[in-house]
Amino acid sequence: MKTKRIIWVAFFAVLATSIFAQSSAQKGKDIAITADKADQGFESLIVDLTMTLKNKNGQTSTRYLKNETLELTADGDKSLIVFNSPRDVKGTATLTFTHKSGPDDQWLYLPAVKRVKRISSDNKSGPFMGSEFAYEDLSSQEVEKYTYNFLKEESYNGSSTYLVERKPVDPKSGYARQLVWYNKDKGYRLEKIEFYDRKNALLKTLTYSGYQIYLNKHWRAANFKMVNHQTGKETVLEFTNYQFGVGLTDNDFTQNSLKRAGR
Amino acid sequence: MNTYKNCILLILSLTTLLSPLTAQLDAQDPKLYQDLNLEIIGDYRYYFNEGAYEGQLQHYPSLAVEQDYYVEWEDGVHSIRFTTFFRLDRDRQRTHFDVRELYWQWVKQDWELSVGMKKIFWGVTESAHLVDIINQTDQVESFDGEAKLGQPMVHFSYLTTFGILDFFLLPYFRERQFPGQKGRLRPPFLVRDEDFRYESNAERWHPDLALRWSNSLGIFDIGLSYFYGTGREPVFLPDAENASFDLVYPINHQVGLDLQATTGPVLWKLESMWRENDLQDPVVAVAAGFEYTFGNINGRGLDIGLVTEYLYDNRDALALTGQDNDLFTGLRLALNDAQSTSLLFGGIFDLERSSRLLSLEASRRIGESWKVELEARILDNIAEEEFLALFQEDSFAQFRLIKYF
Repeated sequence: MKTKRIIWVAFFAVLATSIFAQSSAQKGKDIAITADKADQGFESLIVDLTMTLKNKNGQTSTRYLKNETLELTADGDKSLIVFNSPRDVKGTATLTFTHKSGPDDQWLYLPAVKRVKRISSDNKSGPFMGSEFAYEDLSSQEVEKYTYNFLKEESYNGSSTYLVERKPVDPKSGYARQLVWYNKDKGYRLEKIEFYDRKNALLKTLTYSGYQIYLNKHWRAANFKMVNHQTGKETVLEFTNYQFGVGLTDNDFTQNSLKRAGR
Repeated sequence: MNTYKNCILLILSLTTLLSPLTAQLDAQDPKLYQDLNLEIIGDYRYYFNEGAYEGQLQHYPSLAVEQDYYVEWEDGVHSIRFTTFFRLDRDRQRTHFDVRELYWQWVKQDWELSVGMKKIFWGVTESAHLVDIINQTDQVESFDGEAKLGQPMVHFSYLTTFGILDFFLLPYFRERQFPGQKGRLRPPFLVRDEDFRYESNAERWHPDLALRWSNSLGIFDIGLSYFYGTGREPVFLPDAENASFDLVYPINHQVGLDLQATTGPVLWKLESMWRENDLQDPVVAVAAGFEYTFGNINGRGLDIGLVTEYLYDNRDALALTGQDNDLFTGLRLALNDAQSTSLLFGGIFDLERSSRLLSLEASRRIGESWKVELEARILDNIAEEEFLALFQEDSFAQFRLIKYF
């Protein structure tokens, strides 16, 4: 009798945990979906970037880039990144077709030899341009790329936020998990992300600042600051000259436009 | 020396012609964008051995300048690009000037038209460029054949639902240049423009045509090309009477295929070329291999790539590149640091002869506007019957410093 009762209690306990787990997973995913939906409809976007790399001795170096994005709903977004500096890579550009599942398609244009190269998108954990941002930190954040777990509501810098843990689906990601703070009153915009490496040690923290709202619904930060806790290095991405509704189409994201992008 | 004077005059006059034009555009169109870039390149090249032929030197300090001017108006619908290159070297033939690009481009929704001197690259493999035949190779400039001379053309590119179609009309041919008396990497005799004859009576003015279809389908990137016209590579026909060579630029029909499959960390590559003319048996050449990249292996961005390519050419020892039945294998290191430090080390090994060609290329940025490059090419045990045997003594190392303005 006693053992039976224990089994029943254990059964309900497991059931309750799994229901709770399910609901926190579902709630986490719902938050990610809501955040994604809140930003839908920007169609296309052009923005200038200044990337400042700072090593642990405080020495800095700066790069200038330009990013063009085409929003797609059936599959992931298309994007074009052009490097304007340092001078030796000026005119170099990348074209990326993000996919909701499976590897992204990516091409690199080398202006000195006028060559377009299809490159592997496999190495997503590698650093982007020697910075503290990995390729995967900058690629289009599709909902399908993670599994979610809602942790709690929390006040962050005076705002109410949802704290969600997400785990990358891709085993090639450099992270075991990430903690993401969504601002529940400001269109679920991101306030902060903590990145944990494969050994589950805190690797980097990304904080967003200088938010502005465009077209009454699209929140865009002017500053992304990424601090690497393990190396002491940091990278600041500064976004200027956001241009929405520029009417880009698929024709602006071809190998021909990739060659022209560097000017 | 007159040619240089003429060239400098040409640049000056073009710049003077363009500046009022752009000034006028400036006034009319607020969307005008222009940009001028300059690179100064200082080289020191050292050949390990004394030259095999009279007049050759061992130390070659050399200076080069590349300028690039770009202007666009109507928000990029129209643009002009103007790139020139000048090198000053101890060898008079390697001292050369070239208009790399000078073209006007008109871009519409699904097509673009370019008229002028332009540079086009086709291909996927690293150790051979079999299908890349629009531009003449700037033979005196680089050993690996990757430097190209500007090619006059009308280029029309059309975006379709089944890929990109490119049409080229190439009205004028540019000869390959060879080193002079003091130059290395040359045959024992001096090769000059007047030593060549043309299969076509139109000579340099034979209108050449080229077509290319290219597309990306899932993991595949494919290009199929056809070229009809004066071959960029001269044919060396053995002349038994004078115990030398008859040098001819033939009229070629050439079909090229380039294919890459991108699967995870591996890139699978294939290039193949079939060429026919009236002077030699049909030429078939293939380069096929893979590149495997171990990405971010130390968690700090170090990438190690392994490249292996098999090279075949049915001309056997008569292939100018010597890549007739060879294996290229190389190691690529990229630190992905703030200075973009990278290194490529490799060798081309002849599978039936003793010939080995080793190479090293490394580069690193210094600050925001400087770069250093190191290059070494070792020709080892080149079999006598191969063309490359003429350069047997020409192994070298080069240090390069580039300043960008």
